[in-house]
Amino acid sequence: MTVKTVRNLRRVSQVVFFLLFFWLILKTTFEVDFSPSDSGAIVLPYPVSIALEFDPLVALMTLLTTGSIYKGLLWSLVILIPTIFLGRFFCGWICPLGTLNHWISEIGSERRARKGARRIESNRYKKYQRIKYYLLFIFIGTSIGGSLQMGLLDPLPLLARSIGTVVLPIVHTFSIGIRDTMMGTGIPPVMAVTRFLYDLFAAVMLPFRQAHFHTIISLGVFFFVIIAMNRIFTRFWCRGICPLGAMLGYFSRFAILGLEKKASACDHCNLCLISCQGADNPDVGTRWRKAECHLCLNCQASCPQGALSFKFFPEQENTVENPAATSKVDISRRKVIGSVAGGLAIFAGLRSGDAFAVNASPLTIRPPGSVDEHDFLARCIRCGQCMRVCPNNALHPTLLESGFEAMWTPVMIARIGYCEPTCTLCGQVCPTGAIQELTLKQKVGDKETQPNRIGTAFLDRGRCLPWAMATPCIVCEEWCPTSPKAIYLRDKIVQDREGNDVLVKRPYIDPRLCTGCGACEFACPVADQKAIYITAVGESRSERNQILLEQRRKA
Amino acid sequence: MKRREFLQQGGKALALATVTGATGLLFHNSNSGSYTAVLERSTSFEVPPDKSFPGIALARQDDPIATLNSALDAVGGIKRFVKPGEKVTVKPNVGWDRAPEQAANTNPILVGEMVRLCYEAGASEVVVTDVTCNDPRRCFLRSGIREAAEKAGAKVILPVEEDYIKVNMGGKLLTAWPVLRYFIETDRMINMPIVKQHSLSICTLGMKNLYGILGGRRNQLHQRIDQSIVDLASFCRPTLTVADATRVLHRGGPQGGSLDDVTIENSVICSTDQVALDARACEFLGLSGDLVSHIALAQASGLGTVDYESIGYKEIVL
Repeated sequence: MTVKTVRNLRRVSQVVFFLLFFWLILKTTFEVDFSPSDSGAIVLPYPVSIALEFDPLVALMTLLTTGSIYKGLLWSLVILIPTIFLGRFFCGWICPLGTLNHWISEIGSERRARKGARRIESNRYKKYQRIKYYLLFIFIGTSIGGSLQMGLLDPLPLLARSIGTVVLPIVHTFSIGIRDTMMGTGIPPVMAVTRFLYDLFAAVMLPFRQAHFHTIISLGVFFFVIIAMNRIFTRFWCRGICPLGAMLGYFSRFAILGLEKKASACDHCNLCLISCQGADNPDVGTRWRKAECHLCLNCQASCPQGALSFKFFPEQENTVENPAATSKVDISRRKVIGSVAGGLAIFAGLRSGDAFAVNASPLTIRPPGSVDEHDFLARCIRCGQCMRVCPNNALHPTLLESGFEAMWTPVMIARIGYCEPTCTLCGQVCPTGAIQELTLKQKVGDKETQPNRIGTAFLDRGRCLPWAMATPCIVCEEWCPTSPKAIYLRDKIVQDREGNDVLVKRPYIDPRLCTGCGACEFACPVADQKAIYITAVGESRSERNQILLEQRRKA
Repeated sequence: MKRREFLQQGGKALALATVTGATGLLFHNSNSGSYTAVLERSTSFEVPPDKSFPGIALARQDDPIATLNSALDAVGGIKRFVKPGEKVTVKPNVGWDRAPEQAANTNPILVGEMVRLCYEAGASEVVVTDVTCNDPRRCFLRSGIREAAEKAGAKVILPVEEDYIKVNMGGKLLTAWPVLRYFIETDRMINMPIVKQHSLSICTLGMKNLYGILGGRRNQLHQRIDQSIVDLASFCRPTLTVADATRVLHRGGPQGGSLDDVTIENSVICSTDQVALDARACEFLGLSGDLVSHIALAQASGLGTVDYESIGYKEIVL
C-alpha cells in the first residue's frame, strides 16, 4: 500500500466519521415512528450520544470532578490507548471538528498570506500552539476543584451543541423560508416540486417542529469564530486551542510511530510544509514535534524525493542540519503548575461569587433527573444533546442567568416548552450523568414513589384572569398533569367593572403535588409574562432548595 | 467635462433616479397594518335527516367493537353516513399523552373500527387527526390511536404549522381562526369524543371535542367557554357524533391520570344531533343536559335538542 492510498484512507475516514457524528446528532430527536416499550417508556432506538462517550477529555475531566468514569465513557479508552502508541491519529482521522477545520482551511483562497512562502512559514511550529496546553491544565485545575469547564472548548461537545442548537435550527428556519417563498409564487409546478423537495429534505434533516433556542447568538458567534479562524491560520483551533488535542499530544509522548527524515534525500522543496495540518515541522532541518502532528500523512505523500516516511520505531538522525524529533510538549513544568494553579484560582473565583449557592437563580430549572447543582456542574459538558432531543423545545442553554460557571448548561424555559410528564429522553442522551436516566415510574411517581420534581409553580395574582380580571380561565388547571392535580380551584363570586356578579374559579397551587413541569406556565393565556410560572424551588435534586418541611430529603 | 460624458453620466443618474422613484411608488402602501386573507367557509358535513331511524342510540355491550356496531346500526348504519368515494375525517379526542386506560383519549379500538367501517362503506380516504394539547407525537403514540388507525388503513395526520387555514367562522365570538385543513377539505366528518369531566365546561363531550379542529391560541377560548363551544358547534357540523363511554373519566379531567377516577361503562352513543348526544352522554357523569351551561346554550342557539328522547332514542343493552 502506497502512502497515497493510506492518505486516501484517511480522507475516507474523515468523511465517514464526520457523517456519522452528524447523523447521530440528527437522530437525537423524538421521531414520529417510535413505539413505547412494555413499561410505557419511550426509549431512543440508537445510542445517539455515543460519539461523545469516545471523548478521552470528557472521561479524564469527569474522573477528576466526580472520581468515576460514567457508563459509556469507558469507550474513550478506544481512542486514548491507541494514541499512546500511534500519536494524535484522532485529530487527523476521526475528530469531526478537526475534519471541518481541515476542509474549511483547505478551500482555495485569494489571500496572498495563504500562498507560497507565507503559507510555508505559517505551517512551521509557532509559540501560540502552547495555548492549548495552558488551557488543558487550566481546565484540569478547575476540574480538581470540581467545576467542569472543559465542555466550553472540548471539540466533540462543542460541535454537538453547535450543530444541534445553532446550525440545524438555522437550516430549519432557512428551509421553511425557501419553501414559503416558493409556495408563495402560486405556480403549480414550482409548488409541486417545492413540496416534494421540502418533504424529502425534512424527512432527512428536520425535526418534527422547528426548535428555537435561547442565546443562539452567543453559541453561533463562538462557533463561527472558530470556523472563520481557519481562513486566517490553517486549523487554528486544532493547533492552538483544542484541549483535547493537547491531551492527546501529551499521551503521544511514547508513541512508537513517528516521522523519519532522511536529510540526504531532501532538496528543500518545502512541499511537506505547504500541506502540513498540525504545524509540527515535518521538513528536514527542523525538529519534528510529535505532539503537534495529526498524522494526516500529507507531508510523506507530497514529498517528491521520498525523504519523509512514517515508520514504527523511526531511525532518528541527530545532526546540526537535521535535528532529531522531539516528543516533548512545548510547555515547561513551571507553566503546567502555574496553569493548574490558575485553574484552581478560577474555580475558587467562580465559587466565591454568588451565583452558585447563596444567590442561585430561581430560573435555574434543571432537566428532570439532574443531579444536585454541585454535582451537575461537575458533570455537564454542555454538549446540548438534552436540548436537541427535548420534544417540546423546553431545554435551553443559559447565557449568564445561572452564573458564568454554568454558561450554556441546560435549563427549562417553560414559556417556550414544558417538561412532558412521561418523557425521559434528556436523561437517556446525557453522556456524563449530569441528567440521570429516569424510569417512567421515577419520573411520574406512583403511590409509593415520589415523582421527580424540577421546580414549583407560583401564581401572579395580579395577572391571573380569575384573580385580577373577573374573567373565567383555569387553563392551568386543565393542563396540570398530576393526579390529583396540583392546581385546585375555589369558586368565588366577584364583581366586574359594571358591578355584575361573575362566578370565577380561582386557581391555587398545592406545592406537595406540583412537579414543576411547567405545563401551566406554557398554557397560561397571559402570553408575554405568564400569570403562573415555575421556579426551581422544590426540585428533587436539591436538599436545600425546598419549601416544605416534609419534602426535605433525608440526608 | 465633455458633452458626451455629461450626457452619459447624467442619463445614467436620471435612469437610476427614475427606477428608485418608481420602486418607491410601486411598493408604497398607504394602508397601515397587515391584512391576512381568510377563507369564508361554513363546514356542514351533515346527511339529510331520515325519520325512519332513531336520532340517537346507545349500546352497552362488553365488546367495544360490537357496541359501536350496534349503536351505529341503530341510527342507520355506516352506509347512511359515508358514500362510496367520499373523503372522511375522523376526529377522536387525542388531547393528552395518556394511555387508553386513563380515559383521557378516545378508545383506540373504537377509532380503528370506525376507520374500517368507513372503508367498508367505500370511503376513498379516511384521515384520523386531532390538534392535541401535549406533543402530538406522544399523544398519538401513547393513546394507541395512531397504531389502531393505521392498522385499519387510515392516514394519520400529526398537525404541523402549515396544515392550518385561516377561516372566518362567523361565530358570535369566534371569527377568524386557524382551522386544521382536514376538517375543511373533506366530505364527511365523524366526531368521536370520549366522555370526561372538565373543571370549566363541566364536561368534555361532542361539542367541546371540536376544540381539536382549531389551531392558534385556543387557551383564550376558556374566557367565554360556553359561547366558544357553541360557535364551534355551529361552524362545524359533523356527519355523525360517536361518543366513547366505554371508559368514563369522572375527576381530574380533561387529562386524568389516576385509574381511580375512571369507571368502566362499556357504552357507545351515536347521534346526528350534537346537542342530544351531549345531553345523553353527560348523564354518565351524573349531569343533566339542561343544567350544563354550554349544552343548554347550544339548544337555545338552535343547534339541537337537550330532550334526546324527542328525536327517537334507542338503547341496546345486552
